[in-house]
Amino acid sequence: MNESKETPGLFAAAGAILRKDLRLELRTMETLTTAAIFTVATFVVFHFAFDRYEMSGDIAAGVFWVTVLFAAVLAINRLLSNERAQGGYEALLLAPIDRNAILFAKFAFLFVTLTLLEIFALLAFALLLLGPALSTEMLPLAPVLLLANIGIAAIGTLISALATDTNARELLVPLMSLPLLTPLLIGAARASTPLMSLVPHTEHLDRWLGLMALYDSVFALLAFAVFEYVIED
Amino acid sequence: MTQSRFFSSRSATRSSADSFSRGLVGYAFAAAATLTLAGLLVFFWAPQDADQGMRQKIFYLHVPLSIAALCGFIAGGVMAIQYLRTRDSSWDLRSYVAIHLSLIFGVAALITGAIWAKTAWGVWWEWKEPTLVSFLIVFLLYAVYQPMRFAIDDPERQARSAAVYAIICGAFVPLNFMAVRLATSLVHPRVLGGAGEMPAEMRVSFYTSLIGMGLLWMALWKFELTAKSVSMRLGKLRAELIS
Repeated sequence: MNESKETPGLFAAAGAILRKDLRLELRTMETLTTAAIFTVATFVVFHFAFDRYEMSGDIAAGVFWVTVLFAAVLAINRLLSNERAQGGYEALLLAPIDRNAILFAKFAFLFVTLTLLEIFALLAFALLLLGPALSTEMLPLAPVLLLANIGIAAIGTLISALATDTNARELLVPLMSLPLLTPLLIGAARASTPLMSLVPHTEHLDRWLGLMALYDSVFALLAFAVFEYVIED
Repeated sequence: MTQSRFFSSRSATRSSADSFSRGLVGYAFAAAATLTLAGLLVFFWAPQDADQGMRQKIFYLHVPLSIAALCGFIAGGVMAIQYLRTRDSSWDLRSYVAIHLSLIFGVAALITGAIWAKTAWGVWWEWKEPTLVSFLIVFLLYAVYQPMRFAIDDPERQARSAAVYAIICGAFVPLNFMAVRLATSLVHPRVLGGAGEMPAEMRVSFYTSLIGMGLLWMALWKFELTAKSVSMRLGKLRAELIS
């Protein structure tokens, strides 16, 4: 990767930033623990709001994905704010690296965080609220989660970079994220509905996966195209 | 002038104010004439709808408003691309005014849509109508454009972030319409069927009001651009006079 000794290549730089972020997260567990506690608290709230001991089908898929979406908004909020607070952001901008390395690293970090969070959330949901027991019939949830995470990570990185320059970050991140993530929520919730029904099955899975894949590719390309303009100093 | 804080003062030149106002009067008169003609066609020539009668006439207002708003949103995104390419702050001003104006058209479209839904279906809001739902999501997204923009102090950075946001939103519009259409049960009859299903008189009246609405959008856009750049120039001159 290293073509010259002075400037690391794109992926080497992205890898270094990602390793730094992951190490920081492993030591502090700031984003993951808060988001995990948030998901359990949200499940408790949904239990009382609907007065249900268990859920299945569309209600289960809706509750699960709304919870994940809100937890993701929390993670997006934190993505660049820590860099900003500690002055790391300026250091990243000063570093002689391709700016897209920051995009790739933050995208990958958000993707890993979301994946770990969703595994935890799914287990907690199965334990607390989900009607049908977790089984191999629910394995098609894996590509749904994967495609949702790619989209949320791409959009989240962009939004976090956009919001970090503003003086109303905590307010703007959810306002910008929720409409932008709605098509992904549609795909994910609709694909999960039959998988979370009492007899898990797949129905129109390819249609929803196709929609999410299209959405992901458009926004991944878009993030790549415009990211340098957002973080230009 | 408050505007001069938000936009880079480079756009506040005499030439930009002149170029913004070029054709303004023409557009204004064309819009007034076309909309008057459209009103006459709609009320005296186009046939009454078999089911809804007179109440269906709001269709000639609601649909052109929505189309003008959506085209304005997309145009704002294209102007934002132009800004990022040229870094000419007049493109930023164009993009801002386009989105601002389309938001106002969007509010009008949502209100007329709700009135039409109430008269046609008896409800103020219809989740089963994907176009209406998509429009609301797009509207909510663009409603954050201004709060986002004015939460940034530095004018250059403000223009850049707003441009990026406008581009993201522009790409979002068609994808969102597709996703919501897929999500809405395909069994529900499409109310806003294609223009091909309408009788010729209705179609002509509809296209006339659509063109009129487009001209009105252009006239208001040029008016707002001229007003903004003139007041910015005034602020600049006043500052020069004081110093």
